[in-house]
Amino acid sequence: MTEIVRLLDTDGTVLEHERYALPEPERLLELYRGLVLGRRFNEQANSLVRQGRLAVYPSSRGQEACQIGAAAALRGGDWLFPTYRDTVAVVQRGVPPVEALTLLTGDWHCGYDPLAHRIAPQATPLATQLPHAVGVGHAARLRGEDTVVLALCGDGATSEGDFHEALNFAAVFTSPVVFLVQNNKYAISVPLSRQTAAESLADKGIGYGMPAVLVDGNDPAAVTAVLDEAVARAASGAGPTLVEADTYRLEAHTNADDAGRYRSELEVAEWTERDPLPRLRAYLRGTGLLGAARETELEEAAEEFASLVRQGVSAMAAPRPGALFAEVYGTPTQRLATQAALLDTELRAGAGTR
Amino acid sequence: MSAEKLTMAAAINTALRDAMRADDSVLVFGEDVGPLGGVFRVTEGLTDSFGAARCFDTPLAESGILGMAIGLAMNGMHPVVEMQFDAFAYPAFEQITSHLAKMRNRTRGALHLPVVVRVPYAGGIGGVEHHCDSSESYYAHTPGLTVLAPATSADAYGLLRAAIEYPDPVIFLEPKKRYFASEEADIREPVAPIGTAELRRAGRDATLITYGPSVPVALAAAEQAAAEGRELGVLDLRSLVPLDEQTIAEAVRASGRAVVIAETPGFASVAAELAALIGERCFHHLEAPVRRVTGFDIPYPPPKLERHHLPSIDRILDAVDELQWEHA
Ligand SMILES: Cc1ncc(C[n+]2csc(CCOP(=O)(O)OP(=O)(O)O)c2C)c(N)n1
Ligand SMILES: [Mg+2]
Repeated sequence: MTEIVRLLDTDGTVLEHERYALPEPERLLELYRGLVLGRRFNEQANSLVRQGRLAVYPSSRGQEACQIGAAAALRGGDWLFPTYRDTVAVVQRGVPPVEALTLLTGDWHCGYDPLAHRIAPQATPLATQLPHAVGVGHAARLRGEDTVVLALCGDGATSEGDFHEALNFAAVFTSPVVFLVQNNKYAISVPLSRQTAAESLADKGIGYGMPAVLVDGNDPAAVTAVLDEAVARAASGAGPTLVEADTYRLEAHTNADDAGRYRSELEVAEWTERDPLPRLRAYLRGTGLLGAARETELEEAAEEFASLVRQGVSAMAAPRPGALFAEVYGTPTQRLATQAALLDTELRAGAGTR
Repeated sequence: MSAEKLTMAAAINTALRDAMRADDSVLVFGEDVGPLGGVFRVTEGLTDSFGAARCFDTPLAESGILGMAIGLAMNGMHPVVEMQFDAFAYPAFEQITSHLAKMRNRTRGALHLPVVVRVPYAGGIGGVEHHCDSSESYYAHTPGLTVLAPATSADAYGLLRAAIEYPDPVIFLEPKKRYFASEEADIREPVAPIGTAELRRAGRDATLITYGPSVPVALAAAEQAAAEGRELGVLDLRSLVPLDEQTIAEAVRASGRAVVIAETPGFASVAAELAALIGERCFHHLEAPVRRVTGFDIPYPPPKLERHHLPSIDRILDAVDELQWEHA
């Protein structure tokens, strides 16, 4: 059974670890800032759903340590392969919030330029992004770059064939890929016990011949330390690592889901006690790194950020119907040109003209 | 029994329930179909009523779900599996096309696979990408698969019961836009068998041929056309494979004009097949070329643009207008 890596206890006490050191104070403060803004982003996105501005939002509340830790571990040229749940990581890595939310406002399938940000489009079909991550990593090696690819997925996604294929390929090709599984205990309603009979998802690393680490996914310090090491290992040419983060989805799968149907209030309450934010805050306060002035400043920054998100989403221009026909093929087809012309004629005639 | 208000989701739930009660070998499984009752609540209460051995959640793997269903069917069971959404059935494509569809043929009939694959499909629900595909053409194109596409609650019940009793694999396409639309249905009345189309509205001037989510749109178009002085018939195919060629031909020969309506991108689709078929079988009775009103040949649009993509009443009536009425 794999030992869990934890550097901060739930009350913020430092736990000595023989292998992983606590990140530097400045880094911890940066992480904390990310957590506060990330939490505020999740809350803001939820209210945008309630106002009908987002079609749907899969919240990462409770998983912010993984989101922020993932973004923090990457260097400028590295790649991130996120899922629908990882909008906070995408934003933390530098994508403007409106571009990150374009998928969920229903304006387009992906609102940012993946090449510019080195972030793949957020993947909805489960585990399908993982083999792509291996391909990007392998190309980097062929091109002599030291690029590392961090690929995210959930516990449920580890049951898909693509998960197995990606990990196996990465190990066989010694690809510079870090697989971060956010084990938040559920795939919609289905608990982890229905996904695997293994004691932990990290145990699967052995079968692929790849090192695997089980980390407390609600300990921002531990997540970052573990990912730092895995990224360094990949960058050095030593190959992939599987990281399982033990975490919890504090909210329903999405706003469309009713989590009360399959899990207890008690369980949610227990995990609320292990919330990553208060944990790091307690440590930072205890050591004097976080004073009242800094806290106020962070709160203000979070509010400013939320209002930027709100305003950005409100200001989004309606998508152009003609965009439907663009970029389906690199070379436009006559058939699509005809269809675009039909729609254009209809729109000029106006709706309800019959 | 008389007609009652029934949603399609409830009709399918009742069909599963009745089939499980009638035959112990009927098993329901997939993603979130157990305690949750499915993301659309179609399997609500089945685990409670029949136990976790009869209705259960699997690990999250569509290829595994289909593959296991095939094995179960090889050993006396009648699996009814759910693919959570149309596009999430694609990881199971290999199992469906290379094994489910071909087993009877490969084994010269020694093995047959009574498996039902339920697929919530098509759009109109404001779903983000991968939640609104019209995937019927992939299945209809694959020899060996029976493909059903009910449009009403009564058909959803009756055709699903028939599908579960069918000796061969059935892809059962459920239009999610219709799941929660309540309509009069008497599920105790037998419905027409697999392979038959039904005329939902008679009309001598032209025939609208459609299925699944587009049937209510076609009926609304026919209603509006009637107000404008044109009588349009509406033929609901119900079964895409096998296709009721006879009824299609009779309807089109009688009216002399046809418009095929479907959400699917039109190129190389079920709609394309229908147009070709009508050309072959009804050429001398046609007053005008067959028109198709389908989705555009593009990836399914994001929520804010889907209304431009889906066949609308206006687009259907525009197509009808082009059926060379000057010859009438
Ligand atoms: C191939 C595929 N099958 C089914 C789905 C539907 N679906 C969306 S999210 C989800 C649960 C995923 O659980 P997990 O991997 O644990 O990620 P989490 O949502 O918990 O972050 C399911 C079944 C999908 N998106 N893709
Ligand atoms: Mg999960």
